[in-house]
Amino acid sequence: MSDFVTLTIDGKEVKAPVGSTVLEAAKLAGIHIPTLCYLKGVNEIGACRMCVVDVGAKSLQAACMYPVAEGLKVVTNSPEIRESRRVTLELILSSHEKKCLSCVRSRNCELQKLARDLNIQDIRFEGAEQNFPIDDLSHSIVRDPNKCILCRRCVSVCKYIQTVSAIETVDRGYKTIVASPFHMPLRDTPCVNCGQCIVACPTGALREKSSIEKVWDALGNEDLYVIVQTAPAVRAALGEEFGLPIGTPVTGKMVSALKKLKFDKVFDTDTAADLTIMEEGTELVNRIKNNGKLPLITSCSPGWIKFCEHNFPDMLDNLSTCKSPHEMFGAMLKSYYAEKMGIDPSKIFVVSVMPCTAKKFESKRSELASTGYPDVDEVITTRELAEMIKEAGIDFVNLEDEKFDDPMGEATGAGVIFGATGGVMEAALRSVPYLLTGKDPEQVEIKAVRGEDGIKTAELEVAGIKIRAAVAHGLGNARKLLEKVRSGEETYHFIEIMACPGGCVTGGGQPIQPASVRNEIDLRTERAKAIYQEDESSTMRFSHHNPTVQKFYEEYLGEPGGHKSHELLHTHYIVRENYPEDCVCDPQ
Amino acid sequence: MGVCCCKDSKEQKLDEIIARYKGTRGALIPVLHEAQEIYGYLPMSVQKRIAEGLNVSLADVYGVVTFYTQFSLEPKGKYKINVCLGTACYVKGSGAILDKLSQILKIKSGQCTKDGLFSLDACRCVGACGLAPVMMINDDVYGRLTPDDIPGIIKSYRDKEAEAV
Repeated sequence: MSDFVTLTIDGKEVKAPVGSTVLEAAKLAGIHIPTLCYLKGVNEIGACRMCVVDVGAKSLQAACMYPVAEGLKVVTNSPEIRESRRVTLELILSSHEKKCLSCVRSRNCELQKLARDLNIQDIRFEGAEQNFPIDDLSHSIVRDPNKCILCRRCVSVCKYIQTVSAIETVDRGYKTIVASPFHMPLRDTPCVNCGQCIVACPTGALREKSSIEKVWDALGNEDLYVIVQTAPAVRAALGEEFGLPIGTPVTGKMVSALKKLKFDKVFDTDTAADLTIMEEGTELVNRIKNNGKLPLITSCSPGWIKFCEHNFPDMLDNLSTCKSPHEMFGAMLKSYYAEKMGIDPSKIFVVSVMPCTAKKFESKRSELASTGYPDVDEVITTRELAEMIKEAGIDFVNLEDEKFDDPMGEATGAGVIFGATGGVMEAALRSVPYLLTGKDPEQVEIKAVRGEDGIKTAELEVAGIKIRAAVAHGLGNARKLLEKVRSGEETYHFIEIMACPGGCVTGGGQPIQPASVRNEIDLRTERAKAIYQEDESSTMRFSHHNPTVQKFYEEYLGEPGGHKSHELLHTHYIVRENYPEDCVCDPQ
Repeated sequence: MGVCCCKDSKEQKLDEIIARYKGTRGALIPVLHEAQEIYGYLPMSVQKRIAEGLNVSLADVYGVVTFYTQFSLEPKGKYKINVCLGTACYVKGSGAILDKLSQILKIKSGQCTKDGLFSLDACRCVGACGLAPVMMINDDVYGRLTPDDIPGIIKSYRDKEAEAV
């Protein structure tokens, strides 16, 4: 049997793989069919009826679900089809809260775009006003059900990709709403704050909890010394907010913009990523040498950390005690840097620009305040930084490149690749040989841990020690991997886990690309290219070569894993029950 | 026998049901049905136990419970009042009957009075359209109602309770 079938779409013959859908076949033929709920690999359920086509059946069929067949004749554009799509969309719009002017997704809203694409001039139906309460109690995520169109993309990504299942479609008919069990606020659920629901949402029903005003206030407060640090993945995607092609690295322009926003210092979180490698690498070497708890699992991803606390409480001892890089950096700024510069740490305000919504929650964890002050005061996402740049009227695209400030702006290529899945692992494996033998490895790049496979493994031998390593990204993959580790089916020395599929480059705080883009290209690969480019062009590619990090140890910390390091750079975790018994949410 | 002992036996029964269905596909709905038979409704603690027992998320369980009208999140009263909102009863004014009950009992449709005596629900056709508008209290049918009939009917149940004490 042939692997292909031949069908006709709008009179054009198309050869499509067996098992593909009419929508996919139409794409091969260069024919565009509008979609709304469809998000490739995440949500393919035919719920919104926007992609209806005529396949010669009694009624119109959803192209995203309908399988191709030999000799099938498909019509994608007829008066009946156009009217059907229009009526459906008008009905969706009839109860949608149409506050587009002040909506965070205005101009990047898939519903808004579709209304234009389908030439909706008037909404013939007036739906009853929905008046659901907005849930803004989480530190990371705000849910506004009045803007929800029930496409279920958020539910699918939460349930099937992340296996978190904090939200579900609840109730029925007109009262249907996406909500947590018993309409609890997200804060009280096992939500890990990864924000993948936000980047999956076609409308403004999900957004990050904004910290923009707090940052503006700090910048306007003359008593405060406001320091900003930026994560590696931010530079790989920020340009998209200003119309630059996906995968354009904009490090220099970003630094320049931050200086224009009047931050007192602009530092690079990558410096702290190098510091993390020294601490975590040392932790790994110590655990291997001293028969400590293995596998050691990375702790950079706060979404993963909360997931572990909820779902794998028996494995908390496997987590590296290292704080995530930006928290380490915050602690260093409020101790070492404050002392060196003679600034009162209470006057230092640290802002982290992160590709991540979970970092917002993380920064509010009470244990992350080594100096008596929060290590990091506020976290803004890549999207929020773009909003600030736009609000300040900065012409981002035409900015001259500038460099991070000294002395905490120096970073290596190893620090940069933290932004892609496998990056922390690779950076660590570049330095572990040095930590064991005092010599650099011959091979810099470790390609086995790169790429988009959900679970990647590698084995390497250093100074006679075999190190078995595994990398998982996306919490569904993490769950699969850890269940094997838990059961003893697989054994590893070192595991990297990132909550978001693709790692930080496709984090929940990154610029939102609509389904029309995500269905076509692999955002993860494109953005990761920018990261690996920066690594390749770095003169320093080993974390332990970073002179700033070396100075940290010489002048202040002593040695990696030493007493001072533990005080400032390490943390602990707590067991979290999924729905605590006394969390009484009476459904009244 | 104390109250606690009774609770334990309910939990034990629930665990038996969960154990019986564990691992079978599509187990959730039958388990919910049987759980509701034991408890009369499906409070959070019961849903949590089912979610944990069947290894599904609480969000899944809650989604199913709120989708099907047979499942109740509220306890039912000793006297379960069902007002028919089917077509015939509705055009004969059963909406006003429901409103009157709601006003007297100080509960909304779907709720139960604090003393546990009455619960109020709307239902679809009970097959007594000739008597429209109709309500049922447990197995007793009341037909051709007007809102003015309601206080007397409720009082008769309250009196019966007072006598029993």
